[in-house]
Amino acid sequence: MTETAALPPPPLTTRPPIGLAALFGAFLHLGITSFGGGLSGWMHREFVGRRGWMSEADFLSGLAMAQAMPGVNVVNLALWIGFALRGSAGAVLAVTGVLAAPIVVIILIGVVYGRYGGLASVHAVLAGVTAAAVGLSLTLGWRAARRAARDLASLAILLATFAAVGVLRLPMLPVVAVLVPLSLIFAFRRGAR
Amino acid sequence: MRDNPLLALLVTFAPLSLASIGGGLSILSDIQHQSVDVHHWLTQAQFLDDFGISRAAPGPNTLIVTLIGWQVAGWAGAAVASIAIFVPSSVLVYGLARIWRRYRGAPWQAKIERGLAPIAAGLILAGGLNVLRTADGGWLAWAVAAVSTLALLRYQKLSPFVLLGMGALVFATANLLVLPA
Repeated sequence: MTETAALPPPPLTTRPPIGLAALFGAFLHLGITSFGGGLSGWMHREFVGRRGWMSEADFLSGLAMAQAMPGVNVVNLALWIGFALRGSAGAVLAVTGVLAAPIVVIILIGVVYGRYGGLASVHAVLAGVTAAAVGLSLTLGWRAARRAARDLASLAILLATFAAVGVLRLPMLPVVAVLVPLSLIFAFRRGAR
Repeated sequence: MRDNPLLALLVTFAPLSLASIGGGLSILSDIQHQSVDVHHWLTQAQFLDDFGISRAAPGPNTLIVTLIGWQVAGWAGAAVASIAIFVPSSVLVYGLARIWRRYRGAPWQAKIERGLAPIAAGLILAGGLNVLRTADGGWLAWAVAAVSTLALLRYQKLSPFVLLGMGALVFATANLLVLPA
């Protein structure tokens, strides 16, 4: 039980690698279809659920790293997944793929909105899409929470993070600055048992 | 430096890229302050419009920066603003991904991932809540989000498009009933 450190790293994969074109296409598709936000949730459905390119554990680890680093979470996550699947080329293609279409689309919407701006029905439709897309984020959050809450300490950290940022609306940076070291201490002490 | 709008976009947004820990929304108020108060690229009302667009449009909300760049200096502005906000942080994450691969399987790595997992989960759930709190539609937005969440958890094969369409329909209908033309 104490010998886990002696285990060799698991083999990377025995499946044939995913083609770069397929990888780029998958991210391009996600980028253009992710109306209303919730892009991490879309990625989970696509890469863990539909395509089976990653395990849930690998995805959620990547998600945690993407959140911890500076930058836009979903861009970080795309980079992390792209790198995990196909190295440096995969990372570049994932980020450009996931951003290319949305960059064009947001400008086109900006042009149209500038012309028909303030149209109440357009506004309502956008708000409705956004509200429904929150469901994607919450669904992923629920999965991540179920896996992350392994014991009382991690559950307490999870609830503290949620309460501080989501309920009390404290600024994220100080909250993270306090809770990340605390959570890491718990994680390392747990491992030392 | 202020004379060249492209340069101004670059030096405004590149530092924010590295400051955006916990996601793009954490720097939203800085983006607002810089574009509205400091550089006068937009009015407050224009910024709120842009924010609504960036939330409903595909892709991350942080593309509001791209939209602002476009409004300031056209396609070149959009390109420079996008590079400024996405490249610096991506270079850091890329470096970390390489380190992570090199030490793959190391016990400390699993522990760090385990330690970060509850924070990530808490932030995602909190992020959803914060979107709803500032969303238009009040209780209707909460109801749509709740139905959407439960449906996605219950029916894993269900396409999110069905739910996004439903959200649009519910809001458009409510809009017609409340504001008869």
